Amino acid sequence: MTDMLTPVLTANWGTDRSWTLDAYEAQGGYSGLTKALGMSQDDVITAVKDSGLRGRGGAGFPTGMKWGFIPQDNPNPKYLVVNADESEPGTCKDIPLMMASPHTLIEGVIISSYAIRANHAFIYVRGEVLHVVRRLRAAVAEAYAAGKLGKDINGSGYDLDLVIHAGAGAYICGEETALLDSLEGRRGQPRLRPPFPAVAGLYASPTVINNVESIASVPSIIANGADWFASMGTEKSKGYVIYSLSGHVKQPGQYEAPLGITLRELIDLGGGMRQGHSLKFWTPGGSSTPLLTAEHLDMPLDYEAVGAAGSMLGTRALQIFDETTCVVRAVLRWTEFYKHESCGKCTPCREGTWWLAQTLARLEKGQGTEEDLDVLLDQCDNILGRSFCALGDGATSPISSSIAHFRDEYLAHLTHGGCPFDPMASTVFAREEALS
Amino acid sequence: MTTTPEKTDLVTVTIDGIQVSVPKDTLVIRAAEQIGVQVPRFCDHPLLAPVGACRQCLVEIPDAGNGRGMPKPQASCTIPVAEGMVVNTQVTSSVADKAQQGQMEFLLINHPLDCPVCDKGGECPLQNQAMSNGRGESRFAATGGVKRTFEKPINISAQILLDRERCIVCQRCTRFADEIAGDPFIALVERGAQQQIGIAHDAPFLSYFSGNTIQICPVGALTSADYRFRSRPFDLVSTPSIAEHDSCGSAIRVDHRRGKVMRRLAGNDPEVNEEWITDKDRFAFGYARQSDRLTHPWVRDTETGDLRPASWPEAFTVAARGLAAAHTSGGVGVLTGGRLIAEDAYAYSKFARVVLQTNDIDFRARPHSAEEAGFLASEVVLRMPVTYSDLEQASVVVLAGLEPEDEAGTIFLRLRKAAMKGHTKVLAIAPCTTRGLRKMKGRLVATSAGAEREALETLAEESPETIDANAVILVGERLATTPGALTAAVDLARATGARLAWVPRRAGDRGAVETGCLPNLLPGGRPVTDASARVDAATAWGVDHLPEQVGRDGAAIIAAAASGELAGLVVGGVDLDDLPDPAAARAALASAGFVVSLELRETEVTRAADVVFPVAPASDKAGMFVTWEGRPRTFDAVFSNPGSLPDLRILSGIAEESGQPLGFRTVAEARSQMNEVGPWDGERAAPVGPPKIKVRRLARNKFWLATWKQLLDNGAMLRGESALLATARPAVARVPQATYDVLAGASHVTLTGDRGQVTVPVEVADLPEDTVWLPANNTGNGVYADLASPGSAVTVKAVKA
Repeated sequence: MTDMLTPVLTANWGTDRSWTLDAYEAQGGYSGLTKALGMSQDDVITAVKDSGLRGRGGAGFPTGMKWGFIPQDNPNPKYLVVNADESEPGTCKDIPLMMASPHTLIEGVIISSYAIRANHAFIYVRGEVLHVVRRLRAAVAEAYAAGKLGKDINGSGYDLDLVIHAGAGAYICGEETALLDSLEGRRGQPRLRPPFPAVAGLYASPTVINNVESIASVPSIIANGADWFASMGTEKSKGYVIYSLSGHVKQPGQYEAPLGITLRELIDLGGGMRQGHSLKFWTPGGSSTPLLTAEHLDMPLDYEAVGAAGSMLGTRALQIFDETTCVVRAVLRWTEFYKHESCGKCTPCREGTWWLAQTLARLEKGQGTEEDLDVLLDQCDNILGRSFCALGDGATSPISSSIAHFRDEYLAHLTHGGCPFDPMASTVFAREEALS
Repeated sequence: MTTTPEKTDLVTVTIDGIQVSVPKDTLVIRAAEQIGVQVPRFCDHPLLAPVGACRQCLVEIPDAGNGRGMPKPQASCTIPVAEGMVVNTQVTSSVADKAQQGQMEFLLINHPLDCPVCDKGGECPLQNQAMSNGRGESRFAATGGVKRTFEKPINISAQILLDRERCIVCQRCTRFADEIAGDPFIALVERGAQQQIGIAHDAPFLSYFSGNTIQICPVGALTSADYRFRSRPFDLVSTPSIAEHDSCGSAIRVDHRRGKVMRRLAGNDPEVNEEWITDKDRFAFGYARQSDRLTHPWVRDTETGDLRPASWPEAFTVAARGLAAAHTSGGVGVLTGGRLIAEDAYAYSKFARVVLQTNDIDFRARPHSAEEAGFLASEVVLRMPVTYSDLEQASVVVLAGLEPEDEAGTIFLRLRKAAMKGHTKVLAIAPCTTRGLRKMKGRLVATSAGAEREALETLAEESPETIDANAVILVGERLATTPGALTAAVDLARATGARLAWVPRRAGDRGAVETGCLPNLLPGGRPVTDASARVDAATAWGVDHLPEQVGRDGAAIIAAAASGELAGLVVGGVDLDDLPDPAAARAALASAGFVVSLELRETEVTRAADVVFPVAPASDKAGMFVTWEGRPRTFDAVFSNPGSLPDLRILSGIAEESGQPLGFRTVAEARSQMNEVGPWDGERAAPVGPPKIKVRRLARNKFWLATWKQLLDNGAMLRGESALLATARPAVARVPQATYDVLAGASHVTLTGDRGQVTVPVEVADLPEDTVWLPANNTGNGVYADLASPGSAVTVKAVKA
């Protein structure tokens, strides 16, 4: 079973004091950096391009290509910004990575900055996770002290300053241009594109923005070679990723495996479903990705297959729900989240989420008619692809996909005059009661 | 002015099946307007940067010009055209139409249904477009939706109120405040449906241009304390007009109902004020309705010595008789003031020459000089060297004796626009960096009060910016207070090829120059000293000859009247406290044998006059103002009010009684006579040499006093505007750092000058060490009446708490 796992990013998570520089270096850490500084910048970019690494933040854009967009003739400074504003419901990979092995990320930051000729890099960390901010800052201090940051890194003549910036608790700041505004000290709202960040990003200068996991993957690519990385995964989705398994499985957690593994395999790795229960629905990449059902258990989890099934791989945040869960209730919770997190800039997301939450709340109480489902879908149609950024699109995903798969369950609320489920049955303590 | 046509690259696109060619970079939403399709919109505004926030203007783009379609509907306000692009709007695309209807439905779910009591109802883009691009029934209400509510309006300044429920957060107001006015005191706060416009708790929306946000608000979220709940748009009658508060000539729209002006809006004139006006132009029109407004003539009763009401014929007769007597016993001087329409100014000019047979006429109700009169005659009259669009094209704009944000708001906005685009550098020869200069990203050429001449003389040499033919020099009327400064500005322009323009403060100033309300100029720029020019004017007027001597200027007229040399005065709209020596002016009025006053409201002058004529405010007459550029700006009367006569009608009445008719009784007749007289085509007045420069010396512990009028102050035309005045910048003295340090934390200072003392709060500024600054008319009766004579020095003392 466990031979399906390919621990690279997670390989050192179990070692004693894995977050320290000593522990990291004892495991061969920073060897990628040494190698990278011996290469030309363009060769580093080529290696990342050749590896087939695609952005791990959800959209799956080829990382090397993104770096190649940086106009090197632009006189402004270049910046690397790491998006560590991990806030997607269900997604839990960057935060444990930064807690367990901050130096993996820092090494990636140095190599990536070197490649794009940036002398200033930023890690924008979600503000709520203060413990992660502290750990990162401590690790950065260690790296400075060891000469891996600052002037003339490892005697290479290359300079880099790295700033850990704490956000202020807005989901929208995970959107890259909103993140840049927030990093600049403004109100975090998405920017009009073009200009794209590669041309005019942070402080109107060329900027690469990558997810934590993307950057953390770079040292291993450099150390082991593009071919090694590309040997994992599927034809168009190369390499290993961290799958965050949560919900009604016996052992939730982070499982690192190649792209293309199936949910069935992952649930097996997680010890199976909760005792006595079966899979009802799941999200492949957090709540913004349309949910899937048991019929998709054997679908390979890569960008192409999940896309073909009408969803998105997203951040591989696998939230697993068994048959005790009311899908209407779950979708309402998510919708309330989007309503709370809508930044307010554009009409469809601001007003639409306000309305969606009200409609769903009524449906959950068994109020309304079947026509309300059509109104709900029509609202989603007026939000999806009409809003300023992807937040609005994401808000519609759970609603339209749940109605597609579970229309009867919505109707059951109406005929039942309320939720036909026992909300206690889906809780953790419900299991405890059953066991006791 | 360029003669070569501007080169533009045209791009051809197909919108709703119709091909149209538009300039490169045109946004799709505006290209659609070219074929007569109005895509509904809220956040879009042609003078603001695109933001794409409201999503109302979604269109389908099946071909982006590269053969590929855009998968989702696009906001047409953010997409520039591309060659070969195909666009389908709501007219031909059901996808676009549904997308727009969907956005409209969303906008309305949280919008209150208070249209029947909303000021915007009837002229509301949301209301109108909900009709044209929305559904009739609310599905939100039908499903029992609950609207988000807020406390009804909150003040974001004393004048501007914000009704957050009505706001659709299109950000037009915040973008205007940030991009155009440079006063980002309002910003988005909170998020989601709670997102709203807000201010910092200690920083209200104090902007000279705040009223523009009300006008561009596409809903009724922003209202003014002055207009709120006063009338409905469909009850208003609109008249296009020209603002009378400064020399910018901004286009405005005057809305009235039942004989009362209810509000004023900015007109749309891309050549002049684009779509913006100052708050003074917008809100300050109540002066014409004050209780001290004169409604009929008055004459001084020979028995009681008091003023008593009189009929028009009697007043004309008494005035004509009195002026004739004064003429024979020494002469009559004419002070017109700077607020006249050009036709009225022309009437004063002709009245002085033909009826009073004098050149003792001056429009300058402020400190002035002979050097300035010479400058106006030789450099300004009949010329139009610089326009607003030239300001935008200039590489460098030098400001001397001019603070545009306070003294010419429309110039400020143009300069800021040019400066923000990055190709125009503003230099200010001024005592300190003002808020306006900072907003224009300008550079201060720090200059002590009264040292402008030296600064201008050395500017070309010392400034890192190249001052050449692409530069513009704008000199304000205040430069007249510094001997030699205007000459230095002319020399600078000659030496560098830069263009030079004079920017007076008042709306009638430039028209008064053109019509000859100066001791050295006849109408049309004819120099008094030029015999052929005099003959030309005399011929046009059908008189034998005109007075040959250059007349007395304003200060000399006052002095001559006080000493008894002049026996009479004709005074237009002049506030004595604006004059360089208010006390002398009062003495002159008291000792002058015969005074005729033409005024709108009761003033010190009317109380001292022997005959008082009420005159029409700008709203009651047609007329023409001439902008600082030299651009004529004609306007029609808002009201037809038979009892409210323009100055020219009164002057013609007196003239007829005197047996010297002016040949016109109406504005139209006066204007046609002005056209007949026409501009002088002979030699211009020769430049007068620089005046004798006296070396000035600053006594120990004294400071030169720098001062100018702020936009909102104690001026007569702002009387009664309580909400507007509450947004004025406070009276505060600015002192240099060294002096501020010596004050040791005192919050107030007392300034003492040769005319009195003034105690005000104090703040520090980047002033030269020998200069302090005080606004000219935000304290008491103003600086010249209460504190010091122009160009003099003051002491500064901390006030013990």
